Amino acid sequence: MTTATFAPQDLSKRVAPATAARNILTLAWRNLVQIKHNPMELLDLSIQPIMFVLLFSYVFGPAMEGSVDAYLPIVIPGIIAQNALFAGMSTGFGLNTDITKGVFDRFRSLPIARSAPLLGRIIADTAKQAWSMLILLSVGFAIGFRLETNVLALLTAFALLLTFAILFSWTSVLIAMKVNEPEKVQIFGFVVIFPLSFLSTAFIKSTEGIPGPVAWVMDNSPVTHLVEAMRGLLVGGPVLEHALIALAWGVGICLVFAPLSLRAFKKRA
Amino acid sequence: MTFAIQAEGLEKRFGETQALAGVSLTAQAGTVLGVLGPNGAGKTTMTRILATLIEPTGGTAHVGGYDVVREAHKVRQLIGLTGQYAGVDEMLTGTENLILIGRLLGLPRRAARARAAELLDRFQLSDAAERAAKTYSGGMRRRLDLAASLVGRPQILFLDEPTTGLDPRSRNGLWDIVRGLTDDGVTVLLTTQYLEEADQLADDIIVIDRGQVIAHGTSDVLKAQVGGQVLEVRPIDQPDLDAVAKIVGDLAGAVPEVRDGLISTPITDPQLMPAVVRRLDEAGITVGELSLRKSSLDEVFFALTGHHTDDIDAEADELAQSTRQKATDKEGASA
Repeated sequence: MTTATFAPQDLSKRVAPATAARNILTLAWRNLVQIKHNPMELLDLSIQPIMFVLLFSYVFGPAMEGSVDAYLPIVIPGIIAQNALFAGMSTGFGLNTDITKGVFDRFRSLPIARSAPLLGRIIADTAKQAWSMLILLSVGFAIGFRLETNVLALLTAFALLLTFAILFSWTSVLIAMKVNEPEKVQIFGFVVIFPLSFLSTAFIKSTEGIPGPVAWVMDNSPVTHLVEAMRGLLVGGPVLEHALIALAWGVGICLVFAPLSLRAFKKRA
Repeated sequence: MTFAIQAEGLEKRFGETQALAGVSLTAQAGTVLGVLGPNGAGKTTMTRILATLIEPTGGTAHVGGYDVVREAHKVRQLIGLTGQYAGVDEMLTGTENLILIGRLLGLPRRAARARAAELLDRFQLSDAAERAAKTYSGGMRRRLDLAASLVGRPQILFLDEPTTGLDPRSRNGLWDIVRGLTDDGVTVLLTTQYLEEADQLADDIIVIDRGQVIAHGTSDVLKAQVGGQVLEVRPIDQPDLDAVAKIVGDLAGAVPEVRDGLISTPITDPQLMPAVVRRLDEAGITVGELSLRKSSLDEVFFALTGHHTDDIDAEADELAQSTRQKATDKEGASA
């Protein structure tokens, strides 16, 4: 009987940072190239925002502010924020799909950076978020919305929104680790995000006239602060305080949900 | 001496459930180790530990000479894994799936594309190369999955129930592929519920049940231990039953089982069948059914453990129920 011996091989001890970066980009590519075979996803990322802008502007605009034009500076930043929250659920949806289909196991059996599957997805989802925001702004411009600040403020608005979206998407990562079907991530997301986005100033100018406790919740919602900061950056108004509070919420959410997600994942694997 | 795969006293506990209760095994380089066992025996848990996906709660394992926990990254550079559920991205084409793995393994773009084309060709998927994997049949998906696990030319390959749910033709195709791999010197650990599959492919077989190894040896050794084949005789005339049972018993050297007019006995020597025919002929007994078939996994289990594979599920249910009952009792007591 022959006994093969494993000679010491030239194997790396750990993933080098450059390799890790390449792994992450490869997996981001993988998540974006999917769109090519599933054009519905791109429609999903485009049609829903367009529909929301048109419906809200033309149906609620005149009743809210007297005219569509007067409502646009209020509603466009609001819809951008709401859309970012909904889109954040796709991170969890995609992760859960990968886990239930066994794709995640394949990745984890490869000599790649442990964080690459997750970070690759987050980067791809951030690109999708940016795309949605671009569509929203374009549709807004087409029907009369105008940037009242400057390009730097516009870029800052993108940066703020994407940062908040990445931090917030950890909520969907946790859900993804806990449920056994991708669809449940969406359902859960809808049930939480729908009220969360409406209990804010996303679609209204102020909380005046709203009953005390409800108004208090709305005034202190992270979504309100995000929306107000976005308004300030796009059409003018106070930015810094709102932006800092929104980001603080985002960091807080991340600090709570990221460790919980990792723990849930370890338990699940 | 180093084995390609070596595990000692592997244990894994999920909460209350002991999925693995001290599994030890070895696989020599370039051989196929078959891990045979029913659903829930711990095969997948064991594979996942060896493939560095989960950590054991006890015991140690080395793959390619490296510790699966402390040197997981090195182990990952040597292995390929094909799980029970085909781990391919259904949204990507066959080519893209394989390029993705190639790129993750550090192949330059051009090399990754060439390797993808080569594997697709080898697994007869070239025609479907540019189609999304979601349009593939079950057999095609498994082949793509296997191709994906081979992109990095692994020295050690884990195949977790690679043919479960496949039709016989696809299964035979996959068997041929596995045989081809060992010709290249790859060490394969293959888990299966099918005795025939282990028999066909494995050099060495371990049988596991309830997280423990209950038998170990080559296919021939195991068969000799449990009776590799089953001889069944059904006389046309019921009164001949005793006479037939005596003839079969004499030749097989053991008292056969008689149930519903069918006489059956495990045998190890295939030459027994013609002898039985001759004796029946001499005795002038006409039989309605005479067959020699391979032992089923259930029979192997019965021979090794004294319980049928179905019992395992039943007992697991019972256990779960009693646990629930206990929980309820506890709640009741504290209330």
